[in-house]
Amino acid sequence: MLAGAGAILALVLGLIALAFTRTGPGTERVWIAGMGLAFPLTVLAALLAYGLFVGERLLPRQGADVVSVQAEGRQWAWSFAYDDAPGVVTEDVLHIPAGRPVDVAITTVDVIHSFWVPRLAGKLDAIPGHVNVLRIEADQPGRYRGASAEFSGEGYADHEFEVIAHDAAGWDQFLRGGTR
Amino acid sequence: MRTLERHRRLQDIWASERGWKGWTSSVNHTDLGRMFLVTSFFFFAVGGVLAMLIRAQLATPHSAFAGPELYSQFFTMHGTIMMFLFAIPTFEGLAIYLLPKLLGTRDLAYPRLTAYGYWCYAFGGTMLLVSMVLGIAPNGGWFMYPPLTGPIHSPGINTDFWLIGITFVEISAMAAAVEITVSVLRYRAPGMSLDKMPIFAWYALVTAIMILLGFPPLILGSVLLELERAFGLPFFQVELGGDSLLWQHLFWLFGHPEVYIIFLPAAGVISTVLPVMCRTTLLGYGWIVAAAVALAFLSFGLWVHHMFTTGIPHMGLAFFSAASTLVAVPTGVQVFAWIGTMWKGRPDLRLPMLHILGFFATFVMGGLTGVMVAVVPFDWQAHDTAFITAHLHYVLFGGFVFPILAGVYYWLPHFTGRQRFFRLGEVAFVLIFLGFHGTFLAMHWVGLLGQRRRIWTYETSDGWTAINLVSSVGGFIMAFGLAIVLIEVVLCFFVGRRMPRNAWGAGTLEWAMPTPPPNYNFASVPHIRDRDPLYANPGLPVQIARGDGYLGTPRHDWRETLTVEAARGTPDYIVVYPANTRLPIVMSAVTGLFFLSLLIKVYWFTPVALAGVAVLALRWVWVLGQRQDRGPLDAGLGVSLPHAAEVDRAPGWWGSLFLLVADAVLFGSLIFGYAFLFTVAPGWPPPAWFEFSLLELGGGVAGALAAAAGMRLAIRANRRGGSAWTGLAIAGAGALVVLLSLAALLVRTPPPSGHAYNATLFVLGGYGVLHTLIPLLMLGFLAARVSRGFVSAARRAELPIAGLWVDYMAVVAILVLAVAHLPGVAP
Ligand code: HEM
Ligand SMILES: [Cu+2]
Repeated sequence: MLAGAGAILALVLGLIALAFTRTGPGTERVWIAGMGLAFPLTVLAALLAYGLFVGERLLPRQGADVVSVQAEGRQWAWSFAYDDAPGVVTEDVLHIPAGRPVDVAITTVDVIHSFWVPRLAGKLDAIPGHVNVLRIEADQPGRYRGASAEFSGEGYADHEFEVIAHDAAGWDQFLRGGTR
Repeated sequence: MRTLERHRRLQDIWASERGWKGWTSSVNHTDLGRMFLVTSFFFFAVGGVLAMLIRAQLATPHSAFAGPELYSQFFTMHGTIMMFLFAIPTFEGLAIYLLPKLLGTRDLAYPRLTAYGYWCYAFGGTMLLVSMVLGIAPNGGWFMYPPLTGPIHSPGINTDFWLIGITFVEISAMAAAVEITVSVLRYRAPGMSLDKMPIFAWYALVTAIMILLGFPPLILGSVLLELERAFGLPFFQVELGGDSLLWQHLFWLFGHPEVYIIFLPAAGVISTVLPVMCRTTLLGYGWIVAAAVALAFLSFGLWVHHMFTTGIPHMGLAFFSAASTLVAVPTGVQVFAWIGTMWKGRPDLRLPMLHILGFFATFVMGGLTGVMVAVVPFDWQAHDTAFITAHLHYVLFGGFVFPILAGVYYWLPHFTGRQRFFRLGEVAFVLIFLGFHGTFLAMHWVGLLGQRRRIWTYETSDGWTAINLVSSVGGFIMAFGLAIVLIEVVLCFFVGRRMPRNAWGAGTLEWAMPTPPPNYNFASVPHIRDRDPLYANPGLPVQIARGDGYLGTPRHDWRETLTVEAARGTPDYIVVYPANTRLPIVMSAVTGLFFLSLLIKVYWFTPVALAGVAVLALRWVWVLGQRQDRGPLDAGLGVSLPHAAEVDRAPGWWGSLFLLVADAVLFGSLIFGYAFLFTVAPGWPPPAWFEFSLLELGGGVAGALAAAAGMRLAIRANRRGGSAWTGLAIAGAGALVVLLSLAALLVRTPPPSGHAYNATLFVLGGYGVLHTLIPLLMLGFLAARVSRGFVSAARRAELPIAGLWVDYMAVVAILVLAVAHLPGVAP
């Protein structure tokens, strides 16, 4: 995407620079029908198709091994609960199994927050009275930084959390009450 | 009459009072345009200082400069000031100063309204400045999302300053929008048909109409949020049937068009200045107009792209994503039409041209990152990071500040009558350009590294330190450049060679007058035959000064101009403007007291201030009266035209029409809010529906229809030389019945603080009552006019104006009563 943008920028600036060195065709057909209409339409069509294709892949889909967790934001912390371990609530740390899709059901008890783990998925807002579901998946076990990405008042800068992705054994142990 | 004598006579008639006192009583568009621009650049400087504070804070990790509370005031006020107190007013000021000069007329449609708008802006802006000085400025971010800004999470007065102050300032935007729309459509030199209009006027027209359609949702949102904060009406509280997403919809219904409201006037400046810099005419005039209109249309369908992360359904995402990328097409048409213009002509690297080049480079980059964030998966990553902040500055600074600087340097000789002397501008341009790109390229980068926007500090371990430092240094370089521009502009008012007339060699009419311009603009109003009148007829300025046009002979002590039929530009009627008065400043001060009483919660005073505004408004219209029929008046060049009091569609009718369009958008947004909560908010249905009453509903509808019929009767009878009294009496009686049925709605609504449904009904009823009281006041006014002999079969202009408002009342009343009563009958 960056390369394409760079090429377009170079083209436009080049055309402007050339205008200083010569007088060329100043007709509406070339500039408006050709450059102004046809050119952006082509680029946009390609871009849009790409965007929808990638967006489609990011959508939550039903599947057998999907893990469901709940994320509840508040000023300025997150609580996480687990369908597979009823009653368990973790603060500011979300445990997930690596290599399996996880649906995070996101909501909030006070103001709007946004659930964001940059390396795992895009962000989705936590809105009072609504539940939004975000599909995330960690390929590798490990620790991932997460943050709230919607301004929420004074404590916003520190409104962060961590995602721990376990391997299969670690996840079992977590569910049975091992690592908390 | 000799040229000099004509000049003296016109000068006497049109002069403002001397000295600073003149500022408070002037209603002249040249004065007020200058005042607008000076004030808006003052606010640009304030916003700039805040930007410097932000960059100082972010320059290093763990900065001890400002804490989180102060920092949130910094960025909220920076964004708010730049958007509402700098960008929009700069457009207003430029349009107010330029339009009559470009269109070949002597003033805008409503000179006193121009002044009223200016003072609302000045007073409202002062209110926000005071909050900042006291350290209690708004702190919820410039889009003010509840519940963070609601009564529970922001109990302080900070948010109220925003909601009330900005609404006050928006009065000036609405006033200017009505005025610009009517002026462009009706106040032009004869012969200037729509296709001969200078391109800037087209852009101003499109922008003004966008303001009329775009600002009401924001005003409504602010009113609702303030009602929630002050009186507990829970529009945005989910526990009580509200929904905070409603605010986001209302805000971005305004907020997205706002971006184009800012960009289009700047594009108008470029379309005006660029061809002159290239010694040619604009390529693709018709295409550019079409592109501007298309952009305006599209921009109202895009607001949801600011809400991609709120959990919008998938199909919605796809639609809005597609539509968002589509705006690149009309933008592309304009950009390539400009580049084609450069190819067609011979571009010269004079100073305005430098800023236009700065615009091209910056804006195209901003457009490209914009297309990127319109792609949903990318936005999910970039949303609310410094990448977005950087993108929006590329668009706003590139798309607005650079073109405006081009315009400032282009019209500076016109404002001052002098040429620049010290040539500081070239240095300033280089500093601004390099500083800008330093600041915001770095912010793109650090945003992609994950730095969120609006964080007051970060850790050394984040690894963003060096980039932020670069960004801050760039910011200070840019600020230095802007300061030089300021110094140069101020100097230009005092030193510099006298400007020869039309030094740039432009083709538009504003250069057909001496500079600095006289208050009356044109000694006589020219007849226009070409899009670039000065290219077609270089002798035009002399002919205008010699009085060879329309209205070349001053009559009585009238400030006269004439209007044209909108499309073809044939002369229509003669307008006599009101002269200098302090009514506008007084009325906006009283309006300010109204807002102040809400802000500091002295509610007993609110109705007093409101009554004061009503009394002043009545006086405002009263002084325009005519007590004798004048018949056709000589307009020069062998044309005779009626006086504006003796026509069916007077300026006041046109103004009311466009004001009501905006009003209808506000009402429509309210109905949208009702429907949104009804279908989306979790806490619905409400505990109980409003109880249906056939008597109230039927009575209200009948009253509304009777009132509308009564006004028609009055207008017809008066025009036939008969008496208007019967019709007026029927209209008044009908309006009173409407008032009763709406009052019953207010009384019978369950407690509005109990549920968002009740609150919505209450606001709907209140809106209806207000829009019944206004026509009732007008009917009383008309009755007084008729009995004092201000109305005759010829002097009929005031009746249809009240007729418009009565019709609007009828529509509103019927809709309000229907949406209140009908859900209660469904099983
Ligand atoms: C004079 C040069 C300018 C500089 C150095 C500057 C700098 C900044 C910075 C650093 C932020 C980010 C604050 C944060 O997220 O923590 C910001 C936000 C913003 N700026 Fe500027 N800016 C400038 C001019 C402008 C102009 C001309 C406009 C509009 C016409 C503008 C509109 C905004 C808006 C709307 C925000 C968002 C505020 C918010 O998050 O609530 N800025 N600016
Ligand atoms: Cu937008």
